[in-house]
Amino acid sequence: MRQISTQKIIEEVKKMCISSNCNLNSDIYNALKEAEKTEPSPIGCEMLRQLIENAGIAKNEQVPICQDTGLAVVFVTIGQEVHITDGSLTDAINEGVRQGYTEGYLRKSVVKDPFIRVNTGDNTPAIIHYNIVEGDKLKIEIAPKGAGSENMSKIFMLKPADGIEGAKEAVLSAVEAAGPNPCPPMIVGVGCGGNFETSALLAKKALLRPVGSHSSLEHIKEMEIELLEKINKTGIGPQGLGGRTTALAVNIETFATHIACMPIAVNISCHVTRHAVCEI
Amino acid sequence: MEIKVTAPLTKEDAAKLKVGDIVKITGTIYTARDAAHKRMIEDYGKTGRFPFNMENAVIYYAGPAPAKPGSVIGPAGPTTSYRMDSYAPFLMDHGQTGMIGKGARNGQVIDSMKKNKAVYFAATGGAAALISSHIKSAEIIAYEDLGAEAVRKLYVEDFPAIVVIDTEGNNLYETQKAKYRTL
Ligand code: SF4
Repeated sequence: MRQISTQKIIEEVKKMCISSNCNLNSDIYNALKEAEKTEPSPIGCEMLRQLIENAGIAKNEQVPICQDTGLAVVFVTIGQEVHITDGSLTDAINEGVRQGYTEGYLRKSVVKDPFIRVNTGDNTPAIIHYNIVEGDKLKIEIAPKGAGSENMSKIFMLKPADGIEGAKEAVLSAVEAAGPNPCPPMIVGVGCGGNFETSALLAKKALLRPVGSHSSLEHIKEMEIELLEKINKTGIGPQGLGGRTTALAVNIETFATHIACMPIAVNISCHVTRHAVCEI
Repeated sequence: MEIKVTAPLTKEDAAKLKVGDIVKITGTIYTARDAAHKRMIEDYGKTGRFPFNMENAVIYYAGPAPAKPGSVIGPAGPTTSYRMDSYAPFLMDHGQTGMIGKGARNGQVIDSMKKNKAVYFAATGGAAALISSHIKSAEIIAYEDLGAEAVRKLYVEDFPAIVVIDTEGNNLYETQKAKYRTL
């Protein structure tokens, strides 16, 4: 058994909350720069220019890229040979989030109850997904997610007969419905298969993949490329003000499913798709 | 073409603004988002008063991040406006002339804008740190318990925005999307 102290976990989570909110990852930054070169709409171009300038300011001053510093979504991959000491793993992650959001001057955007909307004051609880694997490593990924784009996400319980074309139409319809609301350019995470909740989780996980990467499955890779092309023909453009840069990436993850099922989940994200990883 | 806009915004000045105008706003504006809108309207029902003068007011749909020591305000970009759609017509009926946010609005809001001569500006969603550099002072004037959602009085200089729906109901999101659509 390898021992890992909660102290170490708190520290790492805290650091990642702050860094992921203040530093735009280079894959996205570079994609914005590329898009600025090819965007035909003058207003669209100006919007991309502002996002690039903004990312620079955030990095230099170490302030959040966007004021919506999100719900802290955490993916934990824990080796079965790991023993956590000095308290509970879940408490440690929440403590890291609490400290990160407080010390990093990040916005506290969590209310305790969906109907009695009192702010918890420290951005906890985090949304934590656990995965147990072989080995003695602990991997923590943090992906704080803003609500503007999260609110535009959708799940479609399609029929097997709808096929891959039906799935593409569903994704496209979600993007069209989102329009200017999720601060385009978007990053579109898609989960295909599994059941109701698995498809949603796959869509969220798809957002962890870098912009420019593709599925290792040939038919899914083709679907990603075709969907990105179509989305960029909708005309929505940067900030929904018209243009060809509506999305920077479409990332699709798949899983086995039931003979009667074809769930398609679309998790819409914006250019501020945050992701930090650490392995202990 | 860049146009200077002064806030508070008179109906006459609002009516001069046309869809697609790139503007720089200078003056006093107020932040309010979901919870503050709900409370302002509930309180008005009880007391007959708003926390600030609604006449010619420009409301910025925003909930800033906390200010670091020595700064006026934390990053403060726009939030998605449609969540305020059920409240906005009431405020326009009581004098509001400007809204700053991002994203689409519904038919009732647009009808109310035409009736009341109000304008909807879009600020760049996600450009929060850049936008904050145009905020020169910030003060919480109501609902401090709401944290990021408290009502703040801001003094802004050359705050960058675009007229996306004008007082005649012209909608830049629709015209621009159609122009670049090749699907
Ligand atoms: S959608 Fe993204 S960029 Fe827009 S406000 Fe939310 S977190 Fe910020």
